[in-house]
Amino acid sequence: MSTFLTGLLRFRRGPWELLATILIALGVVMLMQPFFLWAYTWSFLVTLLGTVMFIITSHFPE
Amino acid sequence: MPNPIDIAAKATPPALARKVRGLSDRTIAWIFVAPTIFLLLAINIFPLIWTIRLSFTNYAANKPNAEVKWVGIRNYTRILTDEDIWSHMTTTAHFLIWTIVLQVIIGFTLAWLINRKFKGNDLLTTLIVVPMMLSPAVVGNFWTFLYQPQIGMVNYIVEFFTGIPAASFSMLGPGGLAPWSIIIVDTWMWTPFVMLICLAGLRSIPDYIYEAAEVDRASKWRQFWTITVPMVLPFLMLAVLFRGIENFKMFDMVNLLTGGGPGDETLLTSIDLKREAFEKWRTGYSSAYAIILFVTVFGLASIYVKALNKVKER
Repeated sequence: MSTFLTGLLRFRRGPWELLATILIALGVVMLMQPFFLWAYTWSFLVTLLGTVMFIITSHFPE
Repeated sequence: MPNPIDIAAKATPPALARKVRGLSDRTIAWIFVAPTIFLLLAINIFPLIWTIRLSFTNYAANKPNAEVKWVGIRNYTRILTDEDIWSHMTTTAHFLIWTIVLQVIIGFTLAWLINRKFKGNDLLTTLIVVPMMLSPAVVGNFWTFLYQPQIGMVNYIVEFFTGIPAASFSMLGPGGLAPWSIIIVDTWMWTPFVMLICLAGLRSIPDYIYEAAEVDRASKWRQFWTITVPMVLPFLMLAVLFRGIENFKMFDMVNLLTGGGPGDETLLTSIDLKREAFEKWRTGYSSAYAIILFVTVFGLASIYVKALNKVKER
């Protein structure tokens, strides 16, 4: 966990990509779940944030 | 015998040869790459940017002379608060989840069985992958015949095993069977793909790992859970992501089978998008809809590429 946080603070690719991946996956789940309309409403923003983050962080150093 | 390079060099017109001789390697490389970049920009990037722009307007393609108003994010907020579209998203999710679950279970089992050497192994593999090679349009058409309540084979098979009269139900009609019908067809068509990926994973496991496990007296069951499954898992993840992306965009086969019906039972988002764009002619609105789907697929594709790189590193 501390390695992950250190990686985030030092702008390393691995942890940031992981965070972006989690956001994308969360956004897709929110988009397609049948339980909460509010989750569906915010799903696009979460996916977009994750995707943009993924594009940016894939240029971070290893 | 003359050198082929000399022949080629002499075949270049002198004027052109003089011009090329004056260019750097980098410039020549750019000259070769430029047509591809131009086509990519013209066919992919420009329409994407145009669609993003349209998604913020009330443009309707069937009214080219009507005033186009800038509506900001209204199209997006309308889509993301529309309970009907939300329902189509859950229909897509139902299709997506069940096809992936069935394809992974059946595909992995088939790969595991085919990985054992037996007579006729290659012929069986070829036969299994045939559905994958067919066009979705062909598959959609012939499964429509197979699902016919009067003449279709599926109803008679169900009658044979369950005793339910063949003419008493319709796989593509009302009654809740239509979503399962499209899942069956997609599973039939794409399980071989998952099987091939799993087979590649299974064949990448070196024999010495199993031999070491045998020496340690590990049971077959333990070998399966501690060697086979973990080593095939990256390949399985790849198959899941690939099928997820493909089925999220699924249109042709389902459109031919059910057209989204009966009612809205099989109305996947891609079919709904086509209706919004080309039946209701709400171009701006459907552009926003398309962008939402695009961002989702793009996000999933990013994860897919990352997973692919991890598999390559192995």
